[in-house]
Amino acid sequence: MPSAPVLPLTRDASSRFLPWLIAFMVWLAAMAMAAVLVLSSFGNQWRSNLTGTLTVQIAAAPDGQPATSEQRLNRALDILRKTPGVTNAEALPLKRISDLLAPWLGRDVVTETLGLPIPRLIDVKIQPEANIDVAALWERLNKEVDGTQVDDHGAWLDRLIALAGAVEAIALAVLGLISIAAIATVVFATRTSLTIHRDVIELLHVIGAKDEYVADQFHWHALNLGLKGGIAGVLLATATLLGLGSLWSGVESSLLPPISLKIWQWACVLSVALAAAGISTVTARITVLRALGRMP
Amino acid sequence: MVLGGGDVIRFQNVGIRYGLGPEILHDVSLRLEEGSFHFLTGASGAGKSSLLRLMYLANQPSRGLISLFGHDIATTPKRDLPGLRRQVGVVFQDFRLIDHLTAMENVALPLRVAGASEDQVREHVPELLSWVGLSDQIDARPPTLSGGQKQRVAIARAIIARPKLLLADEPTGNVDEHIAMRLMHLFEELNKIGTTVVVATHNKALVTGFAHPRLHLAKGELKVLKAGMPLPENDDEAESEGLQ
Repeated sequence: MPSAPVLPLTRDASSRFLPWLIAFMVWLAAMAMAAVLVLSSFGNQWRSNLTGTLTVQIAAAPDGQPATSEQRLNRALDILRKTPGVTNAEALPLKRISDLLAPWLGRDVVTETLGLPIPRLIDVKIQPEANIDVAALWERLNKEVDGTQVDDHGAWLDRLIALAGAVEAIALAVLGLISIAAIATVVFATRTSLTIHRDVIELLHVIGAKDEYVADQFHWHALNLGLKGGIAGVLLATATLLGLGSLWSGVESSLLPPISLKIWQWACVLSVALAAAGISTVTARITVLRALGRMP
Repeated sequence: MVLGGGDVIRFQNVGIRYGLGPEILHDVSLRLEEGSFHFLTGASGAGKSSLLRLMYLANQPSRGLISLFGHDIATTPKRDLPGLRRQVGVVFQDFRLIDHLTAMENVALPLRVAGASEDQVREHVPELLSWVGLSDQIDARPPTLSGGQKQRVAIARAIIARPKLLLADEPTGNVDEHIAMRLMHLFEELNKIGTTVVVATHNKALVTGFAHPRLHLAKGELKVLKAGMPLPENDDEAESEGLQ
C-alpha cells in the first residue's frame, strides 16, 4: 500500500485556488505570446510585400489634355523601364484608378465628360537587392516629367512597423509582468503552506530529514498544480485564439494579413503551460529551501 | 571538528535566550558518556525543554559550545547536521504524531527520511509496534488512539532507527503506572544495548525506582546528582525540584 505524503499539501486552500490563478495567468500569457508572434509576422509580411515596390505618381498635364497626360505617362514609363534594377513598370489602368476613387468621387470620375485632372499611377517592381537611389530617380523623372512623385512606401511602412513594434513590446512587458505575478503568487502560497505545516516540517527537521526531502514534497506538489493550471489556461487560450481567428477571417482587408499561427508558433503558445509548471516548481523549491536554510 | 571521543554529548558553558528575553539556561556544562542513563528533573519553566531542544539540535545556543557525537555543532557544516540528528531519537511531551498518517507510517518516518527501503520498513515497523503492544493498531490514525497508545507510537518512532542517543520529554506523563514502568524497562533495555538515554520527568516514583543519575535544573542552572542521592522529603520542596 503506498504511504500517504508526509505533508498533506493537497488539503491546503492554496491547492484549490492556485491552479485557477495559474490558469488565468497562463491564458493572459498565452494571449500576450500570440500577440507578439502575430505582430512579428505582420511586420515581416508588410516588409516583404512592400519592399521591392515603388509607386510613381504622374501629375495631370497642365493643359488638361488627356493626350498630353498619356505622353507624360509614357515618357516616365520609358525612363523607369530603362533604370537598372527595375524589373517591371506598369501604369495602373484608368479603370482601376476609377475604382479606387469611386468611394469618394463616384463612378466615371476619370471620363472625359468630367475631365477632372486625375494623376496617373505607375506600379514599379524592383529587384530587392538593387538598392536603387530613389531620390536620384525622383530627380531624373522630374526633369523629364515635372510634378512627378515617387513613393517607396518607406515612411508610412516605418510608422506602421514602429506601431506594431510598440504593441509587441507592450505584449512582451505584459508577459514579463505575468511571470513576476506568477512567481509572487507561488511564493505567497508556498510560504502559507510552510506556515500551515510548520509543526510537521520542524518534526521532519528534528528526525534528520534533509532540506531536499521537504523541498521535494513542495516541488512535486507545485509541479502538479502548475501543470493543472497551465493546461487549463492553454486550452482556454487555444479556444480564444481559434475564435479570434475565425472572426478575423471575416474581415476583408489587404492591410491585415490572416492571423493563423504556424505550427512552431502554436508550440510557443502551448509551451506557456510548461513554462508555468516550471516557474511554479522552481519557485516553490527555492522558497522552501530558503525558509529551511534559516532553521538551526 | 571532532571533540571529546567517548562523549555522546558535551556542553561547555552553554547559555540560551529566546530573542531579547532573559537567559533560560546559564553556563550549563555537562558530559554524557556513551551508554549512560540520566533523568532530567526540574520545576516547570526550569529549562528542561530548552536543554532537550539544544540536545536534539532544534535550537542553537546563544553562547557556549555543544558537541554531539564528537562534532562541534558550531563548526559542523549544515549539510552534515541531518546525519547527526538521525542518531538522536526524541520522544516529545506532546507526541507530535502526524494525524493523517497511520501508526505504521508515523513510526516508519525516521526510516523513510533516512532512505530505508520499503522492505526494511515492512520488516521492522510492525515488529516494533508489536513490541510496544500496538500490533492491533498498525493502521490506526493518532486521533483514534488513546493518550497511552499515542505515547507508545511516539516512543516506537523515536527508537525505530536505533538511535545512539534517546531523549524523552515526559514519556510517562500520559500513561498509567503500569505502562510507565513498562516503558522505563524498555528504555533500560535500549540502554543496555548501548543507547545513551535522557528521560525528562516529574515522576518521583521513576526517579526513586530506577537508580540513575540526575541532571537537575533549577533557575536555569544545571546540577548533576549521583544516583541514590536523597530527594527532598516534603512535597513543597519536591515540587520546587519538579518532582511529584
